[in-house]
Amino acid sequence: MEQKLVALSGNEAVAYAFKQAHPHVASAFPITPQTEMMHKYAEFVANGETDTEIILVESEHSAMSAAVGSAAAGARTFTATSSAGFALMWEIVYITASLRLPICMALVNRALSGNINIHCDHSDSMGGRDAGWIQLFSENAQEAYDNAVMAWRIGEHKDVRLPVMVTYDGFIISHTADALRMLPDDVAYKFIGDYKPGYALLDVENPITVGPLDLTDYYFEHKADQIAAYAKAAEVVQSVSEEYGALTGRTYEFCEEYKLDDAEMVMVILGSSAGTAKDVIDEYRAKGVKVGLLKVRMFRPFPAAYIAEKLAGRKAVAVLDRSASFGGFGGPVFTEVRSAMYGRQVPVRGYIYGLGGRDFDLGQVAKVIEDLQKVAAGGKVEDVNLLGVRS
Amino acid sequence: MSFLKNSELHTGGIIREAGNAHDYKTGDWRTFIPQFIEDNCIQCMFCWIYCPDDAIEIDTSGSKPVMKGIIADHCKGCGICAHECPPAKKGKSALVMVREEK
Repeated sequence: MEQKLVALSGNEAVAYAFKQAHPHVASAFPITPQTEMMHKYAEFVANGETDTEIILVESEHSAMSAAVGSAAAGARTFTATSSAGFALMWEIVYITASLRLPICMALVNRALSGNINIHCDHSDSMGGRDAGWIQLFSENAQEAYDNAVMAWRIGEHKDVRLPVMVTYDGFIISHTADALRMLPDDVAYKFIGDYKPGYALLDVENPITVGPLDLTDYYFEHKADQIAAYAKAAEVVQSVSEEYGALTGRTYEFCEEYKLDDAEMVMVILGSSAGTAKDVIDEYRAKGVKVGLLKVRMFRPFPAAYIAEKLAGRKAVAVLDRSASFGGFGGPVFTEVRSAMYGRQVPVRGYIYGLGGRDFDLGQVAKVIEDLQKVAAGGKVEDVNLLGVRS
Repeated sequence: MSFLKNSELHTGGIIREAGNAHDYKTGDWRTFIPQFIEDNCIQCMFCWIYCPDDAIEIDTSGSKPVMKGIIADHCKGCGICAHECPPAKKGKSALVMVREEK
């Protein structure tokens, strides 16, 4: 099978991936840096390349609500947003997962206001980390495309039935032309398959009620059922990724390892910054410093045991968060990784970097590696640090 | 009260049994209740169409549906039926809201 090599921005790549699933409905409201993705998709529709019904709405709250209605009706549905748009969806973001509707969302990572900022950080995704969506992070346009193809298979799996958020860094990935390989349309659709909803409001022969009042008598049982769904979801992410790897030659796991095998020190990172970190790790490796990288692809469900296993026995670990948890103990990734490492006797330090699109440069990675060496040697480095900010 | 077993609950809290609202009695919320004055009823079925719940009792056994009265267990006293009820019998309606007092 020939996978055409193309040059596309991340937004275009994801628009193509979504088109290949032949969704029945898309519902979205424009916000930078997501806008271009829906522009591209609207172009597909206008050119007759897909018969997706695009619902134009007056806000992201409505976009997510319309998507829920569409998915509950039995249609394959997606939406896309960024930053404040995602924040405005908030109420319905939870409802989507609670109703177990396998909607796909392209979340083009952008800082939350205020002050107003259009550039990349992960505050938006991380704000939604407890909402019940599967979250797949991408390092470049290729990974964003691949995640966006796999997302349908994962979310719509009969044992999963959960919404999937494919995230990619605003501007850094969304607006940068990148080389990637795409599946032919027919092969992609064959992989994704027809959508078979578990239930549908439009199935008038089998009437159902969706989202009824659920109080002290049954709500907790429904939540317990939802809590249990994520272990199964992780298994399906794994199996779908393996199948995708066999098809495309691009294999994904919960995390990507880079020079990890013999690494004494490890950086944990998400998204496009992994590429920068890999370059600096190469420089330090050339000097004989045993440092490696663990790039988290699946942040939800959080693969705690898997990560703990990968990081066990290391001399020092640095977790880099592109978002802050104001008033909390470090960023969200740090908190979860350190918690997963409880009892493992591995020192874990946290770094908050790149807020509001602040460049993540080589010097910042070098600083982290220098700190890791210090920690590995028994020296003192604060639990939580800010990286690349003027003091 | 007995509960459904967890294995009997549907994923996502979906309810797959139609018409179960009938089992959920919500008639104790109201302050006003429609009083049915049968002599003024022209059997237009407006009340049945407009009722947001299923508080209008209809006899469907004959060739035409017949309005029988209010199902108090499901009437929340919104008054929509009385508002829509046409004053077709000499300006008089078949449904009139009255304050429910003991």
